[in-house]
Amino acid sequence: MPKPYTILLGKTVRYIARLRGGGSALPGLFVERIDPQFVAETLAQLPQGVVLISGTNGKTTTTKMVVQLLESQGMKVFTNRTGSNFVRGVAAALLGEVDSHGKIDADIAVLELDEAHAVHFVNQIKPRHSLLLNVMRDQLDRFGEIDATARMLEHIAKATTDSVTLNREDPRVAAIAEKIETASVNYFGLGQALRTQFPSDDDMHGISQKLTTPPDADVTLSSFKDDIATFTIDGKHITTPLKLQGIYNIYNAAAALALVRSISSDIDEPVLISTLAAITPAFGRGEALVVNGHPLELVLVKNPSGFRLGLQSFSPDGYATMIAINDNYADGRDMSWLWDVDFDSLREAGVSELSGSRAYDMALRMQYDEVTVSHVETNLSTALRHFIAANPTIPKRIYCTYTAMMTLRRELAKITDVEVIS
Amino acid sequence: MNKKPLNILQLYPQDMNIYGDHGNTLVISQRAKWHGYTPNLLTYNPGDIFPDTVDIIVGGGGQDSGQDKIQEDLLSIKERLSTLADNGTPMLMICGLYQLFGKFFKTQDGHIIQGIEILDIETHAGTERLIGNITTHSSQFGDIIGYENHSGQTFLGSSVRPLATIIKGAGNNGQDDTEGAVYKNVIGSYIHGSLLPKNPAIADFLIEQAAIAKFGEFTPTVIDDRFAELAREHALKRPR
Repeated sequence: MPKPYTILLGKTVRYIARLRGGGSALPGLFVERIDPQFVAETLAQLPQGVVLISGTNGKTTTTKMVVQLLESQGMKVFTNRTGSNFVRGVAAALLGEVDSHGKIDADIAVLELDEAHAVHFVNQIKPRHSLLLNVMRDQLDRFGEIDATARMLEHIAKATTDSVTLNREDPRVAAIAEKIETASVNYFGLGQALRTQFPSDDDMHGISQKLTTPPDADVTLSSFKDDIATFTIDGKHITTPLKLQGIYNIYNAAAALALVRSISSDIDEPVLISTLAAITPAFGRGEALVVNGHPLELVLVKNPSGFRLGLQSFSPDGYATMIAINDNYADGRDMSWLWDVDFDSLREAGVSELSGSRAYDMALRMQYDEVTVSHVETNLSTALRHFIAANPTIPKRIYCTYTAMMTLRRELAKITDVEVIS
Repeated sequence: MNKKPLNILQLYPQDMNIYGDHGNTLVISQRAKWHGYTPNLLTYNPGDIFPDTVDIIVGGGGQDSGQDKIQEDLLSIKERLSTLADNGTPMLMICGLYQLFGKFFKTQDGHIIQGIEILDIETHAGTERLIGNITTHSSQFGDIIGYENHSGQTFLGSSVRPLATIIKGAGNNGQDDTEGAVYKNVIGSYIHGSLLPKNPAIADFLIEQAAIAKFGEFTPTVIDDRFAELAREHALKRPR
């Protein structure tokens, strides 16, 4: 049990930080300093332990799904909902949940952690279950190399005590199975027809190093068309409508189902599937807002594979498109990644607005794919207003990097007639 | 109609492609087209037959695993590449292939990875990664702007000249203020971002050398490089 003064002081700092309108980092940092064991000791109380979700793309949406799916099975779930996926963010989220004696009213914790932070986390707290989504080129300036990122996930898998759920279609993630000694392994995967729609970074460069006989997947996404998905779960076909958008989010649903099935053997399947059908996207992951009576979608893009999947998932027909590229630390400072995305699909419709600190790098990228750009404005607020004013009567879609999305959401909240529908 | 074809060869795109190196090939190919040539994109991967006619060669960076995969094959085409380099074929080698176009790469544990010795450079594994926005100046190309991310430290011998001198960033080794190396029309550099989009003067130089070698002349078209200018301006304002 954590020390009582930690809780009192931590909650006070959290309260003050909230009054000041600040984020979750400060109280987390404070607690880490005065009581380094706080997170480990608090999580140790949970009867069903800790579930860790990591990988380059899709952590937030998948975590949201796993939490709701577990809750549908009657579990009380603690999660780091704020999207602050560092250990410090977990500490801050825990402060909000514990009572003054440090007791936490939950059965299980489902945590989304960034690969590098997850490595530190598992050295302190062994997860009972982990889900490893993918390894893609993301902010190489931060982690150095894609293989180094894969080794981080391997470290997480080795530290996991009971079960590890792996993406069968990602060669670097699937290969982790060979390194796991203690935990059992299950997979989520794609049906044959869908596999071509998920180009990995390697596929893009013409590499085909698929396993000769792929292992059986516990959950397979067999087909997806017009918001109807068919999953093959333990050999049985289950078809359901979904509110999630974009095929990558639907594939994350397969990951979530496989993880939930490895956590609990006693699943009420009809309830599980009807819960899945009602889940809406996490913010910025195909999230839909309404501006002046027309939908405006925010699509977060963080790396070439995510950007490619976004462009493949959402048709530009009938939409005005804006792209906002920032190069702050959280976005990745290196602009090379824009050159690993193919923008041909936007050629016919063109791009209405480009913005962000690297708007002109994006404009240059468009020039070489011969995509027409109507307007470039580095200031996000000015660009957003111009984009909305220039396209008053049609649906709009904004592809944006992480910090650009945060700014755009703040700006959107200021504009009248904005209604958050998700 | 295959008017004034230029064969652009991408070296090891499967394994050496990590920092948007596709951007360099795309820029050469598009600008060649805009200048009135017909770009033919060729790729060479380990075990492939090396094409007979090559006018420009582009190579990129890879991870350690990628470099291991191509090293042996690279040694097998060493003579071919050396002859092309000596005859003035323009080449652009970024990061990993820049290193392997040199004499050797010495790893942290003292292991020597043999290069193909087209560039008189040697590279030693460093302890820190040199990462960030970089600005350099070249008397030939003006300011060269991009991003670097490497742990190897490269030192130049006497038969190459540096591509540029450092204004901001680390460059070849973080010590002698040089960036990249040039031998005849072979350019090696640590700069990506990708290099050529924001530094079109280098792209045009490569195309010009290829065109002169093949057709005896190069008459450039005026290309609208305003976006490149603005991207350079904004890049200069960004922190390291």
